[in-house]
Amino acid sequence: MKTIYTKSKGLQDTELHYCPGCSHGIVHKLVAETIEEMDAIDTTIGVCPVGCSVFAGNYFACDMIEASHGRAPAVATAVKRTHPDVPVFTYQGDGDLASIGAAEIVHAAMRGEKFTTIFINNAIYGMTGGQMAPTTLIGQTATTAPLGRTVQQAGMPMRVAEMLSTLDGLVYAERVCVVDIPHLMKAKKAIKKAFERQMKGDGFTFIEVLSACPTNWGMDIHEANKWLMDHMAAYYPLGVIKDTEVK
Amino acid sequence: MKREIWKGSEAIAEAAIRAGCRGFFGYPITPQNEIPEYMSLKMPQAGGVFVQAESEVAAINMVYGAAATGVRAMTSSSSPGVSLKQEGISYMAGAKLPAVIVNVMRGGPGLGSIQPSQADYFQATRGGGNGDYRTPVLAPANLQEAVDLVQEAFDIADQYRTPVIVLADGLIGQMMEPIVWHDVKKRQLPPKTWASSGRKGREHNNFINSLLIDAHDCENHNIELLNTYHEIEKNEVRFEEVRTEDAEVLITAYGTPARIAITVAENLRAKGIKAGVFRPITLWPFPSKRLREIAEQESVKVILDVEMSTGQMLDDVNLAVAERKPVRFYGRYGGVIPSVSELEAAAEKALGEVK
Repeated sequence: MKTIYTKSKGLQDTELHYCPGCSHGIVHKLVAETIEEMDAIDTTIGVCPVGCSVFAGNYFACDMIEASHGRAPAVATAVKRTHPDVPVFTYQGDGDLASIGAAEIVHAAMRGEKFTTIFINNAIYGMTGGQMAPTTLIGQTATTAPLGRTVQQAGMPMRVAEMLSTLDGLVYAERVCVVDIPHLMKAKKAIKKAFERQMKGDGFTFIEVLSACPTNWGMDIHEANKWLMDHMAAYYPLGVIKDTEVK
Repeated sequence: MKREIWKGSEAIAEAAIRAGCRGFFGYPITPQNEIPEYMSLKMPQAGGVFVQAESEVAAINMVYGAAATGVRAMTSSSSPGVSLKQEGISYMAGAKLPAVIVNVMRGGPGLGSIQPSQADYFQATRGGGNGDYRTPVLAPANLQEAVDLVQEAFDIADQYRTPVIVLADGLIGQMMEPIVWHDVKKRQLPPKTWASSGRKGREHNNFINSLLIDAHDCENHNIELLNTYHEIEKNEVRFEEVRTEDAEVLITAYGTPARIAITVAENLRAKGIKAGVFRPITLWPFPSKRLREIAEQESVKVILDVEMSTGQMLDDVNLAVAERKPVRFYGRYGGVIPSVSELEAAAEKALGEVK
């Protein structure tokens, strides 16, 4: 029998706890494949957040560190500075990165820390049960915005990739999604490029993944992916946000 | 051996480098700025990493990151900044990460003052962050002891896999004194097989983590930590005694006030009053057993606890003495240092009240 597909060796042989239709599983796979293809399972050090991916250390096969809420970029800064020759990444959600950890991500980008951040933007707090995030869209309902987010009450949602791209230390930022195979392939390419540029020592690299949260959005999987493309991608444009050559 | 004049903060920084610290992460705050300043130049020269973090919160989490990979790491700050580090210290206790945190204490609460204080005793010894944990707390009373204890702090941290706090008052940080650089006795330390520094052929991945979502797992984790704390209580208690053998008035004090107290005891002895000093060096574990023994001595009529706070170590003194003898307190607050004469008067008054 010919093997046509196997789980990446970058993942442990454990069952994921994520909800049906959640993008986390796919993004884990893309990061794991990247690490495997770089022959770096044995060297990579990953930092996971507080949020739905808090257990990522039980899923990725490389060494992992669980950070406190929002502080993964500070943790990764020290990991990479003390281990400059190995791939280092943080994997963070929008509550973790854009809200409580806003200072840490901004300053890691400013310093041009040579690690890669995978930013899961699903416009909501998943683990705690669907509260409003800095990335929640105007009009979108959340358990702490039951009538929908308003500009007056919470301001406009934060475009993190664009905001961080104003900093010279960030050399590559791309926004991707994984709603179908073509988009998934693009996401994989972007993640791989980010890791490669990290290893070239160019600077900070940032991949924002627009992600579906059917559970907390109250949608089925197909509705969720359609809503993501119709509404999230309209406010958070897909594609390369910044790609600076470093000589 | 050669005696050299050093400033406290710089000596503490140099001692850390000599102890093999290769990651320092700090944020400016008075009165300890000489530590990050010294590290910014010397740490890279020693082949280590220095980062001026965006906040104390980030700095302690950088320490967490470096420690998680097995690197000896340290941060320093002063009282308000150390408050911000408490979350990180709790996570390090939970994830069993060794590291050293230096607190050069100033007056509080809030922004307080920038003068020497001892008002962070509760925070340091009771576990300033959330959860059931303890941190060994080492309190130097002079610069020689400060540099020796910094070396010890790294070894204790590595031996028991715990963050260790060096609790110095602002005087220790700012004063200049002669010290001798000598090797502190090295411990046999366990290899850091738990570190997330890359698998490098290891069968499984390492996962540095303080989350145990199942309550029974979390309880077992707490039991494991508790056992470690009992080991530390058994092995690491330190204190100094000055003229306690026949003391009528026993002064308890740590850090700089203990030095003042020793002068006071000498002065009182010259006047014919038998005074002694009991100086805890580890604030946790507190030297309760020995203090109780001294309190039980027939000679001891009264115990006077002296602190640059409104009476925090006083709780531990009272727990140790357990009403065997009367305990009195004398403190100066907010950054004010007690004088020899006022302490002398306080000791005579305390003795007068019980005689």
